[in-house]
Amino acid sequence: MTLPCCTLDGEYFQPFKLEGEDAARWISSAGPGLKRIEFLVPQANRPESMAHIETDLGALAGVKSARVNLTGRRVAVVYEDGAIEPQALIDRLGFLGYMARPFDPRETGLTKDDKENAKLLRALAVAGFAASNVMLLSVSVWSGAEGATRDLFHWLSAMIALPAVAYAGRPFFYSAVNALRLGRVNMDVPISLGVLLASFMSLFETINGAEHAYFDASVTLLFFLLAGRYLDHLMRARARSAISQLISLSSEGASVIEGDGTRRYVPARELKAGMLVAVAAGDRLPADGLIREGTSDMDRSLLTGETAPETVKPGSLVHAGEMNVTGPITVEITAAGNDTFLSELVRLMSSAEQGQSRYIRIADRLARFYSPAVHTLAATTLISWLILGNGWHNSIMAAIAVLIITCPCALGLAVPAVQVVASGRLFRSGVMIKDGAALEKLAGVDTVIFDKTGTLTKGEPALVSPLMVSTDTLALAAGLAQASKHPLSRALVREVTKRGLQPVTVSDIAEHPGLGLSGTHGGEKLRLGNRAWCGLEEIGEDHGLLEFAFRRGAKAPVLFHFEDQLRPDAAETVAALKGMGLAVHLLSGDREAAVTRVAGAVGIDTAVSRASPQTKLAYVDALTKAGRHVLMVGDGINDAPALAAGYTSMAPSSASDIGRTAAETVWMGESASAVANAIKVSRRTQRIAKENFALAVGYNVFAVPLAMAGFVSPLVAAVAMSTSSIIVIANALRVGLGRTAQAGSARLNADTAPGRKALKDAA
Amino acid sequence: MNVLIYLIPIALFMGAVGLGAFIWSLKSGQYDDLEGAAWRILQDDDTPKP
Repeated sequence: MTLPCCTLDGEYFQPFKLEGEDAARWISSAGPGLKRIEFLVPQANRPESMAHIETDLGALAGVKSARVNLTGRRVAVVYEDGAIEPQALIDRLGFLGYMARPFDPRETGLTKDDKENAKLLRALAVAGFAASNVMLLSVSVWSGAEGATRDLFHWLSAMIALPAVAYAGRPFFYSAVNALRLGRVNMDVPISLGVLLASFMSLFETINGAEHAYFDASVTLLFFLLAGRYLDHLMRARARSAISQLISLSSEGASVIEGDGTRRYVPARELKAGMLVAVAAGDRLPADGLIREGTSDMDRSLLTGETAPETVKPGSLVHAGEMNVTGPITVEITAAGNDTFLSELVRLMSSAEQGQSRYIRIADRLARFYSPAVHTLAATTLISWLILGNGWHNSIMAAIAVLIITCPCALGLAVPAVQVVASGRLFRSGVMIKDGAALEKLAGVDTVIFDKTGTLTKGEPALVSPLMVSTDTLALAAGLAQASKHPLSRALVREVTKRGLQPVTVSDIAEHPGLGLSGTHGGEKLRLGNRAWCGLEEIGEDHGLLEFAFRRGAKAPVLFHFEDQLRPDAAETVAALKGMGLAVHLLSGDREAAVTRVAGAVGIDTAVSRASPQTKLAYVDALTKAGRHVLMVGDGINDAPALAAGYTSMAPSSASDIGRTAAETVWMGESASAVANAIKVSRRTQRIAKENFALAVGYNVFAVPLAMAGFVSPLVAAVAMSTSSIIVIANALRVGLGRTAQAGSARLNADTAPGRKALKDAA
Repeated sequence: MNVLIYLIPIALFMGAVGLGAFIWSLKSGQYDDLEGAAWRILQDDDTPKP
């Protein structure tokens, strides 16, 4: 029996269970008698956790080695076969406070990213090797090598440069060919053309024993451009792997009751309509179904945005994604896989997404003008030189020089360099951006729509009144509440622990789904639950608070009020967003009273309550049609279509899987300030990216006339291109500078330190 | 200028060794965890195990 453990949000989770034949596919051999298994551990995001996990797992009997990959948030464990079970490793990680899940490299897209990464790095290395060697030879030529020596150096350069171009240039050549096939022009077209023409012209010149060869230019160009491409890729891969790990932790199976009463664990995708599934208290439902046995309360907050759980009994319809709170139930599945309420939402989402993917990145927008302009310039040069009577050879040389000098080296670096620095900075403060396009879009938003439950609020209630209550009463009530997983019970226990009290041990505790808890202490009967359960009259008025009554013996009942607490900095964030000139709306599925309360507390004027997923989608669509660029911030399953429909979207890491997948940006930690921070950084990024473009274009304005006039020798080309690239990179680094104090405080919020928390728990 | 006959192959060879070393380090997974590697150097893992 493994105990559930708490995550950074204080939420309970069941450790992953390795079952039966499934286990074999995670485990590989690592030498005689040794096995190797990898786990995804999304919470291992701090340097401390690395040492923490490695020393702790390493000390277990039978474990040969444990190594944490902090970038990928994975742990690779090599252990002696038979000496320790993989399940024990998962449980141990759970005990330390880390959710762990076995990781199969073939299953996710993670290793594909890794491979792509390695490919680009190899190309970069080859280009770097060629560039440095060819440059050495070129320097010798520039410093006065003549005749046979010069020819020898040119030939050597050709022998190094041509294979290097053929190998390292492939990413650009493929992309350019693909674009041309579709009848489009992207940045890779002038790049490929410039590099190839420079190489072939130089080869031609070398064969004829001429003075100038541009081999150094072609390989240096490739080197710089590959650096830009690698940075761009690195950024995407980093965020993608972090997000896909969060997703892969979802519950993935259910315990199916067979005809003969035996139970069997079945992965969620293999569930079929008609199966009977046992759902324990605290588990999420794997599929839609009807309750056959048992009464319980359902936490529907991820589906509807309502914080108060709803009582269900045999015959009630329940949906995938809901959390069973109080009692065990048996559910007959009516729909599984593609027929669930959930997959209906997924369909809504994918249709909404089609509108979103129309965004064209800033570099590609520029390329539309850039390529034709450059090619026109080259053609003009060729024709004017011919008209001026310089002969074919010289004219072609001049035209090619124009193509080489305009090769968008700085342009290719300008945006990726800025974005990778910015995303790295955001990543450190806990904000994960899926790609550069999301960063660009974030800078352009003018309206922010928040969901309430779980987004502006923490999604977990906290005691707000009465604050003056005797410690006896509180400790007794908490003693009862300890036995339950009801959100309000947990809130009560949390409050008691926070006040430094010890819950009193209560005997004969029984949970009555839909009503409350009962127990005895010192001969007195105790009751905790709704008003009727404790003998209070119902009141009609809804004040937007959740409540629990507590009755001790024959005394008058005490009423506890709970409120879904705001995230820290929620009001400040809304104010900051308004200060940036953004319109802020609140869109929730919760009751009107609760929504009004929250809207008032954070200072949002436009609030909509009782919104269904369809209403939310329609709301976002309507704003988009009106020409607004909407940033949707939400966490629930019910927000997913709206997240997909927004111009761009953000979700907290505590969001539902589907919410995190739909969102383009995910932030870790409790504070809502990540939203304002992300927009701020993205705006700054956009500004510096534009500056970089201006620098790159300015360089061209200066260099192109020289090239057209025929003054560009290989030496001039090399110096000009390197300088412009270095200037652009230096400018990009500015994004990482400044206001580090703020980044530091965000960082504290960001990683609520599972390792530290676990250490505290263990102590 | 005959010295070039030795020098150029030596230079190329050394460059190629560097390239080979890089590709080897890439293959052996040294670039898999750049973030972790930066922190590992600060770890006090040289205390003898009890």
